[in-house]
Formats: sequence, structure tokens, C-alpha cells
Amino acid sequence: MKKTFAIFEKEFKSFFYSPMAYVVIGIFTALTGVFFYLYLSNFVESAFMDQMRAQQYRQMPQKFNVNLMLIRPYFWNIALISLFTLPTITMRLFSEEKKQGTVELLYTSPVQSIYIILGKFFAGLAFYITLLIPTMIFQAILFIYGDPEFLPVLSGYIGLVFLGSAFISVGLFISTMTENQIIAAIGGFALSLFLWVIGWASSYAGPTLAPVFEYISIIGHFEDFAQGVIDSANVAYYILFSVLGIYLSLKSIESVKWRT
Amino acid sequence: MIEVKELTRYYGQKKAISDVSFKVNKGEIVGLLGPNAAGKTTTMRILTCFMPPTSGTATIGGFDIFEQSMEIRQITGYLPENPPLYSDLVVEDYLNFVAKLKGVESSRLKSEVDLAIEKASVGDVRTRVIGKLSKGYKQRVGLAQSLLNNPQVVIFDEPTVGLDPKQIIEIRELIRNLKGEHTVILSSHILPEVEQTCERVVIISDGVVVAEDTPENLTARMRGAERVLVEVEGLEKDVRNALKSLPDILTIHVEKQIDKVLQLVIESKSDLRKEIARKIVENKIGLLEIQSDKLTLEDIFLDLTTKEEEA
Repeated sequence: MKKTFAIFEKEFKSFFYSPMAYVVIGIFTALTGVFFYLYLSNFVESAFMDQMRAQQYRQMPQKFNVNLMLIRPYFWNIALISLFTLPTITMRLFSEEKKQGTVELLYTSPVQSIYIILGKFFAGLAFYITLLIPTMIFQAILFIYGDPEFLPVLSGYIGLVFLGSAFISVGLFISTMTENQIIAAIGGFALSLFLWVIGWASSYAGPTLAPVFEYISIIGHFEDFAQGVIDSANVAYYILFSVLGIYLSLKSIESVKWRT
Repeated sequence: MIEVKELTRYYGQKKAISDVSFKVNKGEIVGLLGPNAAGKTTTMRILTCFMPPTSGTATIGGFDIFEQSMEIRQITGYLPENPPLYSDLVVEDYLNFVAKLKGVESSRLKSEVDLAIEKASVGDVRTRVIGKLSKGYKQRVGLAQSLLNNPQVVIFDEPTVGLDPKQIIEIRELIRNLKGEHTVILSSHILPEVEQTCERVVIISDGVVVAEDTPENLTARMRGAERVLVEVEGLEKDVRNALKSLPDILTIHVEKQIDKVLQLVIESKSDLRKEIARKIVENKIGLLEIQSDKLTLEDIFLDLTTKEEEA
């Protein structure tokens, strides 16, 4: 456990030693910021238009729901940006160690492989949560000037963390297989994207396969979180997904040890 | 302390090492000597539990590499050929990290790291970023890493490769100082290094152990006996007749013959240069040259590791 924490600590710090982390944080914050601004402007505009209309016809203005019109689509947006961003975080987790030869240190240290993987997995997750902090600041603005419901926001973030952990486990797995960070990033992205869009295939699939595709889809389970519902089935899906990713990473490491 | 039993390892179809067996006693410094791609790194990687052998097994400190790999890792320090360094970490942070990986308790962490820094003399760079260090210092940081948590067994894979002569001497000195306290295996393809630092040498060539002994014994045993190189003008039969009466002679072997000039190698139990010269001259054979043939570890190494074309 202590060793897992040592790996976690080192890995998390290492993110910030390389310029990559700042680029990723910068781009992520800029993109989520732009989208927040666009959604907010859109919301304010439609609310304003409605007020004008109401005055014209001497009616009570409609009450606009911030959660429904702004926060929910915004969470989808963050999820989409995460899809593109997370592979750049996970790509280095194992690939860099392989490239630099430090795997020899890790694999010959008295640490079981699973603890190495867990340390790295949680470091990735912690970095992702760091990425989300600016978006929390954006949303805090809404609470200052408006009165959105708090719980859907909280559940949205919980959902994002679960979704992120699924993406990270995918990226981690791909990273164990190559010493090339670019390949790790592209592979991680491609697999994540595939798992995202597989849900779309359900509309064309037959009655037996459709629910399967829908269930596998990584994003299908996010919907409820964004709406403010924490369903244990969705939580279970993401946890199982991450555990599977971690398990495959473990098997990948062990098989590489036996092969090379 | 270390017992290697018939290790064999394939990479795909290619056999990297075959039936490698040797023993290392506690506190000894043993050199694995061999040309490049002889299987030294493979052997070391198996011993450090980085990868398993295809067949055979080994024990370190009584622990089996298959069954008790965690125990072996706990008592073994390893410096791979490329020191496993995180170039973006500061030396001290790196050593702290490795110490934690090795399970050093937080109360002993500082003293352990300080000790390793002292042993590898990297004190002047302890607050510098590893990526910015020279090759020599990187190697030493790698060395410091392998000495953390006072391992009973230390395994160095080509510890002096790529260093300048002064650094090489320092590293060798450092390794010699580990004697007694730690059991050391080091690999090298440089002979003087092994001759200077090791008490015993295991020579590996093409994945097979071809010799195992102390550098001195190895030289002596390889020589087998005193060898004398003689060049005469005459017939082989006459020479054999002439030397028949010397009982200590073991073999007479014609190396080369150019017209009437014969080059012979004579092996004997003791130094017989005087007697051989006298007998040859007494029998009226023209003696052109006589010299004692001294083998260095270099010759032995070449002899053992070069494939004979004619064979």
C-alpha cells in the first residue's frame, strides 16, 4: 500500500515536471472555458429574448432551468473534451518507463505488478480531477449569479470522474503494450472513441445485439449522471470497466515479461 | 549465496543462454565475462526476476526465483546496463522514491538515502536534476540506487561502460569496497576490469559457460602446463627422438612448417627451456628460437570465446 502511494506520488509529481501537463491543462481549460462561455451566452440570450416576448404579450416570463439548459449539455461537452485529452495523460504511464528503461527498476523492485498499475492508475485519475477544477470554477459562477440545483452538478462531476477512470484504464492498458508514446496516445484514443460510438451502432443492430452495444457504450452510462441521477447500475458499469482495464494491463505486463 | 542451475532461455527461436550453471559464495565478487551478446544480460535479468528462464532455475540466499521472487527482490540490488533513471527527477527525490519502492520505512529513509549517496559519492549533485547530469554521475546515481536498503546481493550489468578512464577507476574502487559486505556479480566484456575487481570469473560465450575460476587459476589451468615455443631447422622425427629422454614433457605439437623450419609447441610439467635447448643442440638440430609462451587472461578469453574455424 505504501509502495502504491510512492508510485502514485512520483507519477503525479512527474506530470508537472514535464511541459506536457501544462499544455494539457491549458488546452483543456481553454476549450472548456470557451464552451462554457458559448453555452452561457446562449442561455442568457434565450432568457432575455423570452423576457422581451413576455413583456410584449404582457405575460409572466417563463422560468428557465439552468441545470437543464446549461449544466447538462456542458457536462456532455466536458466528457467529449476528456475523450480527446485523457489519452495524452495516459500515454506516458508505461510507455515512458519502457522507453527510458526504468521498467527494469520497477519490475525488479519488491513491488507486485498490480500495485505499480494501481499507483499509476490513480495518479492519472488524480491528474484528471485536477483538470476538472477550472470547470468547477466556471460552474461556481452560476451559483453566484443564479440558483442552479447543486446535486445534479455534484452527480455530474461524480459521473465525469467515473467516465474518466474508464478512459484512463483504457489508456493505461494501451500504454503497457508499447514503448512509443504517440502510438499509446493514438491507440488509447481510438479504443476510447470506439467504445464511445459503439452505442450508435445499436440503432442499426438487430434486436439481440442492440442492447449489448448500448450497454457496452462508455458514454451511454454517463447520461444519468449528467441528469442528476446516480444509478448503481451505471456506477457498477464504470467500476467494472476500470477493473477490467486494470486487469488487462496486469496481464499485458506479465505476458510481456514472459515473452521478451 | 547464489546458485544458478542449468538456466536456459529462448527469445522466440533464438537461444540466448543454454544450461548456464554457477555458484557464488557469500561476500564474493564474481565477474561474468563474455563478448557482446553472449548472454550476460539475460542471465542477470533472470537472476533479478525481471524475466523467467525457459528452463532451469536459480536461488539467491536460498530463495527460488520462481517461488519467492519478492524475497529475492527484497535482498537484491540491480544496476541494469542503462541506469534506470527518471531524467526529470532530482537525484535525492529519485533515491527517496526507489527507497520507498524497496520498502525502506520512513524513519530510516533519510539515513538510507544518505548512506547510498555517500557510498556512490554523488553528494555534490544531490539536488540536481538527473537529466542534466553527466554520464559518469548518472552511472553513479544508478549505483547508489542499487545499494539502497543494504542489499545482500548486488548485480551490476556492465557498470563501467561509457565512462572515462578516471571514472572507471573510481567505479571499480567502489565495487571493490563492497567486498565482504555484499555479494556482487558484475558483467563486463573488459578483461582488466574483471581481473582487477573480481575474485572469480565465469566466462560465457554464445550462451554457454566455458570456464569458471579465479583469474589466476584460470590462467594457470588454461596454460595446463608450461608451454615452450621452439623453432628448429630439422625433421619432426629427429626432434621427437631428441626429446624422448626428457620425462616431464607432456606433448609435442607442430604448429607450422615452412620448408625445413618447424615451429613446435612443447608442453611440459615444469620449465624445461634449458634441457630442451641442450637436447636439440646435442642432436645437431638447428635451433633457431626458443621462448616460453605466456598466456594472459586475454588469450584465454579469446581462446574460449572465438570459434575455431577449422573445428
